[in-house]
Amino acid sequence: MNNKPDKKNDRKSGKDHAWVDEMVRVRDNRDKQAFADLFEHFAPRIKGYLMKSGTNATIAEECAQDVMTTLWRKAGQFDPTRASVATWIFTIARNRRIDMLRRDRRPEPEELTWGPEPEPEQAHVIELQQETARLVEAISALPENQRKLIEQAYFGDMTQAEISHITGLPLGTIKSRIRLALDRLRHAMK
Amino acid sequence: MTHSIKHHLDDATLIAYASGTLPEAFNLIAATHISLCDTCRANAHAYDAVGGVLLEESRTPMTEGSLAHALARLGDEVTPTLQIVQHTVTSDLPEPLRNYIGGDLDSVKWRPVGMGVKQAILSTSKGASARLLSIPAGAAMPDHGHNGKELTLVLKGAFQDADEYFARGDVEVAGKDVQHIPVADIHEDCICLAVTDAPLRFEGFLPRILQKFVRI
Ligand SMILES: [Zn+2]
Ligand SMILES: [Zn+2]
Repeated sequence: MNNKPDKKNDRKSGKDHAWVDEMVRVRDNRDKQAFADLFEHFAPRIKGYLMKSGTNATIAEECAQDVMTTLWRKAGQFDPTRASVATWIFTIARNRRIDMLRRDRRPEPEELTWGPEPEPEQAHVIELQQETARLVEAISALPENQRKLIEQAYFGDMTQAEISHITGLPLGTIKSRIRLALDRLRHAMK
Repeated sequence: MTHSIKHHLDDATLIAYASGTLPEAFNLIAATHISLCDTCRANAHAYDAVGGVLLEESRTPMTEGSLAHALARLGDEVTPTLQIVQHTVTSDLPEPLRNYIGGDLDSVKWRPVGMGVKQAILSTSKGASARLLSIPAGAAMPDHGHNGKELTLVLKGAFQDADEYFARGDVEVAGKDVQHIPVADIHEDCICLAVTDAPLRFEGFLPRILQKFVRI
């Protein structure tokens, strides 16, 4: 992997890093100011996501509230070596949306038994942030029509057949990060 | 270990699993395969991360006073850190599938559907159907085509389809363009989880009659 300094990426990963700090303060210190900062940033985004998915404004607002209180309650499960704050919140919002529609249950995969790593290692946290920043970069560099398709797949009710026309999603960096973790895990379990 | 898996979930299924727009039966097969497959687990994480990026870029202002309202709702209740339970019982089936069966393979309520083939339909939402199939060693499934998408995940034994071999953990993805006759490996009965969003098209006359009774 390429660790060359890149001003743009640094700025972006620096930004997400701030959210990791806030999230860790919510998790470890039950810090309400940190929660308020996360709320100001993410609640409108959750609301926007739900409205793009076809939810009306009133319900989207209520759900955004629910997602943020879930974040407070489940903060203990946040692991910055496994997901960025935005990714973690996305998964909560997605699951909330599924509950709301009461249509299709979505079972989760069996959890991996992670190796004996009691403390999240700072190096892994930073590594994931850099990869996330690179993903942000790569997605924003996609041609407009490609980007539209991806948004439709995530926000709309595109069928699987329609989704299968989406190609060239830039996932490389994120994949490598997780593969690395899995390799380590397997090594530890030998 | 999962290094031997060669046939994976297709990207359309993984993207729709991440976005939360799949019918329940497909969610079940995705969760079951990911439980067995590190490659697809990594891809699923990556697709969640794409969701995170898109979330960052959607924005609709909240109404006045929403933060105060949320702060007032914060309780002292805390969900404990994720405790990952080591499975002490060795099981043929990953947890998501066990939850639908209500136990392991020995608690499946099989129904014979002819020619030694048995099935058990799992209860899912209407958009797609999920069933367990048990095919006797060496036996062939009736020749069929597809009106929609079919995913077949091997849980035990193996099957051969044309020149492809599917063993435990492998998924076969078949669409409208596929006409096939999967044949169970000779060494043991093959147990699969099969998911479809449209009825299959059978070639022979007898299977077509049978179809009415077994709801394939
Ligand atoms: Zn796979
Ligand atoms: Zn088929």
